Amino acid sequence: MLGSIGLKRLIGLAVAGLMAALAATAHAGSEWVTEGSRAEGLDSCVIDDTEKMRRNHMDYLVHQRDDVVRRGGRGSQYKLAECVNCHTAEDAAGHAIPIDDEGQFCASCHNYMAVNVNCFQCHRKVPEEE
Amino acid sequence: MSTMTYRELWCSSPRYWAGLALLGALVLIGLGAAYYMEHQGHYVTGMNNHIVWGLPHVFAIFLIVAASGALNVASIGSVFGGPMYKPLGRFSALLAIGLLAGGLYVLVLDLGRPDRLVVAMTTYNFKSIFTWNIFLYNGFFLIVALYIWSMIDRTAKWAYTPLGFTAFFWRLALTTGTGSIFGFLVAREAYDAAILAPMFIIMSFSYGLAFFILALLAAFWWAGRAIGDLRLTKLKNLLGVFIGAVLFFALVYHLTNLYITQHHGLESFVLLDGGIYTVMFWLGQVVIGSIVPLFLIYSPGFKTSRWAIAAASVLVLAGGFFQLYVLVIGGQAFPMPLFPGQEVLASTMLDGQIAPYTPSVPEFLLGMSGIVVAMTLVAVVSRMLQVLPDSLEDEQER
Amino acid sequence: MSNQTEQPDLERRGFIGKTVLAAGAAVVAPGVLVSVAGAGAKTDGADPGKRYGLLIDTNKCAEGCTACVTACNEEHGIDLMQKPEGLDEAQWQQQKPQWIRKVKLQDNLTGRVTNLPLMCQHCEFPPCVDVCPTGASFKRADGIVMVDRHTCIGCRYCMMACPYKARSFIHQEVEHQTVSAPRGKGCVESCNLCAYRLDYGADNTACAEACAAQGHNAILFGDLNDPNSELAQALSSAASRQIRGDLELNTGVRYTNV
Repeated sequence: MLGSIGLKRLIGLAVAGLMAALAATAHAGSEWVTEGSRAEGLDSCVIDDTEKMRRNHMDYLVHQRDDVVRRGGRGSQYKLAECVNCHTAEDAAGHAIPIDDEGQFCASCHNYMAVNVNCFQCHRKVPEEE
Repeated sequence: MSTMTYRELWCSSPRYWAGLALLGALVLIGLGAAYYMEHQGHYVTGMNNHIVWGLPHVFAIFLIVAASGALNVASIGSVFGGPMYKPLGRFSALLAIGLLAGGLYVLVLDLGRPDRLVVAMTTYNFKSIFTWNIFLYNGFFLIVALYIWSMIDRTAKWAYTPLGFTAFFWRLALTTGTGSIFGFLVAREAYDAAILAPMFIIMSFSYGLAFFILALLAAFWWAGRAIGDLRLTKLKNLLGVFIGAVLFFALVYHLTNLYITQHHGLESFVLLDGGIYTVMFWLGQVVIGSIVPLFLIYSPGFKTSRWAIAAASVLVLAGGFFQLYVLVIGGQAFPMPLFPGQEVLASTMLDGQIAPYTPSVPEFLLGMSGIVVAMTLVAVVSRMLQVLPDSLEDEQER
Repeated sequence: MSNQTEQPDLERRGFIGKTVLAAGAAVVAPGVLVSVAGAGAKTDGADPGKRYGLLIDTNKCAEGCTACVTACNEEHGIDLMQKPEGLDEAQWQQQKPQWIRKVKLQDNLTGRVTNLPLMCQHCEFPPCVDVCPTGASFKRADGIVMVDRHTCIGCRYCMMACPYKARSFIHQEVEHQTVSAPRGKGCVESCNLCAYRLDYGADNTACAEACAAQGHNAILFGDLNDPNSELAQALSSAASRQIRGDLELNTGVRYTNV
């Protein structure tokens, strides 16, 4: 009996801990824009409705990538490079922080959702200096 | 034949599990090596932009070729009606599946992006022989698995003969496909030859049978069961014929090339002054892989010696490995004829020069573990299904 | 928590409540942005009526000059890659990517020396495209042969098939790239005739430009299908050849005086 009480308590603790963790991450997740990025000063995503972007960015990007690479069509407004330009923050020294770094724009949400971002194994992670 | 009973691979627990643990440990080492190469990138291997397929590919192709050959014993039993071979059919089919799985395991883990295996399985270019091979390999697994089922399940007896024929023709297609990976490469002198496809088939006969003999001896030793001399003699004589056939094809391949002036450079590279590749051809393929095993097989002194049969099989496998090494790596090391009649004085891409390749330890470990994966699979399934005859003593035959 | 319940609502209300915002942000701003960023960009894709190619006059290619190689490396961020730590120099030379290389030849009989740059020959019937299991190696409508890294599994079969050794495998993690040339570990890559430059309206490749800047003008870029192009004119007036013409791949890169 003692054991089962112990077990119950343990489960209770675990659940409470999970809730706390969930609440904390949910809070973190609500800061959708990276501090210090150009996007922070804007009301919504400049390319498309923010909410649509949040939901459909992967489809837009996949469509755009096939269009660009296979067809050579460069007209799409959805460009990964533009995401990077707008959503990267700078460190204290004024250097851009890679967008897929822990806690940065892409990583913060993708890590939370446990969805792997493949893009930046090949794509540039910081804005290109003009 | 009705007296033949099959039993799972059963031996004392420590004996079985210790063997399995050893195999498992070797697989883990191979996986570790693969992880290391993938994580770091291929720069930690000996491969480069000239030798793009290195040691893992030699192992992989070796195993895939041997896989289709291992099925031959079953095919002889069902397609060609050899009663002596029939009781070996189940094990032969299982070994075929195991070897193919081992080969593909190596092949996939040597990809630049093994994480994109799903892309390879869903995005096809039907002009590529690789694409066809994906279907041939997967189909092989399915057909041979059904074939095993038809051999084990009495109620499925009706399917035995059709499946036996299907499996036989499928395996011919599979080896042709594997040989064509090279046969269709017009760019490289060593590969651009239609004879490669049938040559791969005959190579598969030889390697597959050698693998089968070794696996059979090992399994029966492990389970403490007996094999009669008569049956082993049959197997070994067959191996002798196959070794001769492989030599014959190698002879034709080289004679054809020797006739064509354009290929004289390649031939002198393989036969005379190619360094390690020349040594591998003469000493590895011809002496170790053919002449010595032929002697072991046909010399009256070793008439029924188990050691001679096992040694001959091991040497055939070693020789086959060298043969593929010369073909796969040597074929890439030999320069491509970009500017006939001109000598390349300088190029950063080694144009006109023999490309260097030194295999690295992780590549070897990954390749080796492919063989171990095959053995592990066979060991585990042998314990689950009734694939091994209880006894192969001669008395049971008439 | 509230985020999740809000989202479907937002999608629906977006039409009503956020019309003003959407009008401002989703229509005007990107319109401005795209018209600025995408100046000259082709929206309709590669032109199937065109076939891009090069003509290389080996007489003009100077010995010891590697301007085209350097330009290519800069253009595609290849020079951002460094030798991995602990790798020996000789192996690095064999493993590093080379989209274009200089080759120096001497005729066995006459002793005549030739210099030339060698890169992907952009075949009409490319063996690399034939053998690629996933179709990652492909030919664009305008004849440019290139690799779609999104579907490349790194099997290297294309490198086995290419008669020109024009392709390189990326043997290591790539830390830095340019925006226009994404590249990374485990994929195969090669010359793409500066495809993105052409898509954005440029009319020359980095190598040809660099060669001209050196005053050599050994590399001429253009549209093989346009009889009025400088390239087509030059091809029709002088004898040229394909490297490994025996394979009948109908290369888009041609050479004179080899």
